[in-house]
Amino acid sequence: MSIVSPLVQPVLLIALPLVGSIMAFLLSSRRATVGVAVVAGNLGLVGGLIGRLCATGPWQHSVGGWGAPLGIDLYLDGLSATMLAMTALVSLGISAYSAAYFSATAARHFWPLWLLLLAAMNALFLSRDLFNLYVTLELVGIAAVALTAMRGQRDALVAAMRYLLTTLLGSMSYLLGVALLYHSVGSVDMVLIGETPVPPPVAAAAFALMAVGLLLKTALFPFHFWLPGAHSSASAPVSAALSALVVKVGFYILLRLWIEVFPALADEIAGLLGFLGGVAVLWGSLQAILQQRAKMLVAYSTVAQLGYFFLALPLVAAGGSRVWGAIVLLVLAHALAKAAMFMAAGNLLAFAGHDRIRDLDRVVQRMPLTAAALGLAGVSIMGLPPSGGFSGKWLLLQASLEQGNWPIALVLLLGGVLAAVYVFKLLEHIFTSGTPTGEPRAVARTMEWAPLMLAIGAIALGFLTTTVLDLLAVGEPFVPGRRDDY
Amino acid sequence: MIINPAFSATLPVALVASSLLPGLIIFALAEESVRLRTALNLLGALSKLLLVALMLWGVYHEAAFETRFELLPGLPLVLRADALSLLFITLSAQLWFLTTIYAVGYLEGSPHRSRFFGFFSLCVTATVGVAMAGNLLTFILFYEMLTLSTYPLVVHRGTAVARRAGEAYLLYTVLGGVLLLLGAVWLYTLTGTLAFRPQGVVGDLDARHHTSLIIIFVLLIGGLGVKAALLPLHGWLPKAMVAPAPVSALLHAVAVVKAGAFGIVRVVYDIFGIQFAATLGVMMPLAWLASATIIYGSVRALFQDDLKRRLAYSTVSQVSYIALGVALVGPLASVGGLVHLVHQGLMKITLFFCAGNLAETLGIHKISEMNGVARRMPWTMTAFTVASLGMIGVPPIAGFISKWYLSLGAMEVGADWVLLVLAGSSALNALYFLPILYRAWFLEPAGDWPQERHYPRAETSLALLIPPVITATLALAAGLLASVPASPQEWAKLVVLREFLDP
Repeated sequence: MSIVSPLVQPVLLIALPLVGSIMAFLLSSRRATVGVAVVAGNLGLVGGLIGRLCATGPWQHSVGGWGAPLGIDLYLDGLSATMLAMTALVSLGISAYSAAYFSATAARHFWPLWLLLLAAMNALFLSRDLFNLYVTLELVGIAAVALTAMRGQRDALVAAMRYLLTTLLGSMSYLLGVALLYHSVGSVDMVLIGETPVPPPVAAAAFALMAVGLLLKTALFPFHFWLPGAHSSASAPVSAALSALVVKVGFYILLRLWIEVFPALADEIAGLLGFLGGVAVLWGSLQAILQQRAKMLVAYSTVAQLGYFFLALPLVAAGGSRVWGAIVLLVLAHALAKAAMFMAAGNLLAFAGHDRIRDLDRVVQRMPLTAAALGLAGVSIMGLPPSGGFSGKWLLLQASLEQGNWPIALVLLLGGVLAAVYVFKLLEHIFTSGTPTGEPRAVARTMEWAPLMLAIGAIALGFLTTTVLDLLAVGEPFVPGRRDDY
Repeated sequence: MIINPAFSATLPVALVASSLLPGLIIFALAEESVRLRTALNLLGALSKLLLVALMLWGVYHEAAFETRFELLPGLPLVLRADALSLLFITLSAQLWFLTTIYAVGYLEGSPHRSRFFGFFSLCVTATVGVAMAGNLLTFILFYEMLTLSTYPLVVHRGTAVARRAGEAYLLYTVLGGVLLLLGAVWLYTLTGTLAFRPQGVVGDLDARHHTSLIIIFVLLIGGLGVKAALLPLHGWLPKAMVAPAPVSALLHAVAVVKAGAFGIVRVVYDIFGIQFAATLGVMMPLAWLASATIIYGSVRALFQDDLKRRLAYSTVSQVSYIALGVALVGPLASVGGLVHLVHQGLMKITLFFCAGNLAETLGIHKISEMNGVARRMPWTMTAFTVASLGMIGVPPIAGFISKWYLSLGAMEVGADWVLLVLAGSSALNALYFLPILYRAWFLEPAGDWPQERHYPRAETSLALLIPPVITATLALAAGLLASVPASPQEWAKLVVLREFLDP
């Protein structure tokens, strides 16, 4: 039995990192210890919640006993639990890495912001009304921008400023949509809005505003312009957090809107989003192939990988929850693999003082664990078996062939080939010798192990596919309006 | 025969683990711990041999060995041993053992051996998985694992040349993997199963799917043909020759090309069903393609002065015998093709071991440098001679048995043109092997060897000498004792009997 009352658990999921953030701000030392402990505790809490979820099914918790529409409702089903678990696992890897990565001065800025970001993401995944989602989304954005700017160098500041403007514009657009709906329905509760007839022009305008806002934040082509700069110029653990977790947040909200609030409207734009997703896969991959620096390559790979989530949307209309399951698998696989890749690329940079791919010199024998992390994460990114990336792609390919949707099938396959080209562009220079430049600096062991463990996680996901799909199905999150029966 | 079910489920996993675990431990070993690493390698190889022996005995007595694990919804990972798997596993387990000994000797004192042997073990793990795959999904999983674990071996030397060879290898294998994936998923949407079953799983499909099935067949064979080096997908194989000799042995005899050829056998027999594939009209084109590859490879081999490149083109040619035997759709030709899976492995690994010995001991890489080399290295060149005569098809060496059954099979199904292909191939083989033998045995040495090293015990180090002598002996024995129970030929007959002719 858990020592914490089940009713307090979800609140604790938000409170713990928040308190941790304040502590890290106030403490004068041992910030990393506090940070790692809080993130580990967070993982434990999520584990407990998932156990309870599987035992009793989805549930809702009214904070302080005030239910909607007055109070704040927290809600947990298979989908939110999966996202929380993803965040908790990846955060632990990033935190372990960061504990060794940051100097004492940098740690002063990093830990409070990072734990705040975690609290905001946890709150977001537990929220089920549009306004709470806005508040948490804004918090995530602000914390992420601050973390990007933290390095303080010119390129980081420029990228952070661009990121800030984009994310504010995105939130603004989303908020406008929420306001329109609130005006029409008088509620921000997702299910309530989904069930209430809204005048079509209002619904269309609201959905368009919210979708554009979220697409900006999710960096779907052509809204990806801010991503490579921000993700590659931030410090390695921050890049990992941005690429693995933060961009997924926008997609998660879009997915909830899609299913609960605007199913009919969403099906109409599925084709457009699928097309943009396909372009993102190809364009992002080609750009990744052309990059000369490891971190830029990894950042453009994110643009491509995000494309897959949207590419699959046209299949959702006919394939339903099975396709959603495949998409979420890809989201998870990408989170694990991309965090591993960014941290491993950070190791290359820390070790040699540069991340020019061409000049990498015998990395595989000098940092074998980092090389292994890149290799294994690459397997999942390329969609080779066994890995989460493979399982997701297989299921999508199956759905697209069943529906006779050849364009999507071809983009899936071509995307895999292009991914192999950019992954091996990096790997082949890791395996072979180049021009040694300067004296290498040793990299802490935890900084090697953290990405490796996450990369192994991406591979393990290939063996846990059915388990994850079962967890996802708890509470049938992919069936609209099924919340009445909790 | 009834055996303990727990045992029957564990054995396939144990067989995979017997190389996977040593491999993973070896990765973690320090470069200097030579003894521990060698011990682990040999322990893994020996325990694999032991497990294979157990399994051979079981399968011969019709015991079932199977392990399942739910990988994707409705699509399990299945490891299963049948007669065909064991034909391949027995070959690779034996050759892995010998190649390990050879590699320990070959790489003595060279850097990064932990990495090398780690990936080497992963390669064999993947090969065993390919052999035991009970459905196409499992097959693809291990097939791709084979690609990934071979890449680091191909680029092992870490030079720019190695990097380019690696690029060529990846270019072909990744594209092959894509074809295979598309074919498999498409097939699954039609049949709802990817299981390997005798007589195949697609025979009952409605006739309107036949066009799709033909395209799927082309996709699957295309994907497998890359590793099996079918024309025009063979380009990576000669380029991959920059890798160290034990890797060449692995590519050409133990693992990679064999996995491709084995996959072709599986797809034809256990996905499509040989009779159904014949009625689809896809077998004759495959036979032509295999024949064209046989002739093309031999012709290209004629013009190579680099010994390893000549052997590489010879592989291109010889591996297609397997596809040819399968594509002729007859029991005798099938025996010829299947038995060549083993015979080609034994002969080709001998040739690559010998080429490696020449390079390591005397610095000889080119055929034009081989004058009189048999006087300096008689044992090596004896093994080389046996293997190359076998390749030509001289009785009583193993290669003769393969060609004998292929010829009989061709006549049985009325494809007499195949006899011309086989005769032409033998003539070409003679044309590119006999001059080498002549130079080595009868010409005077031109002077000092390019880079000679002396060994106290024998003409070269014993670890390098014993493996080719054993494999040459095995190649000879496989021919001489072809009709002894449990010889490759008899086992191939068992496979044909069980899998293809049983109702």
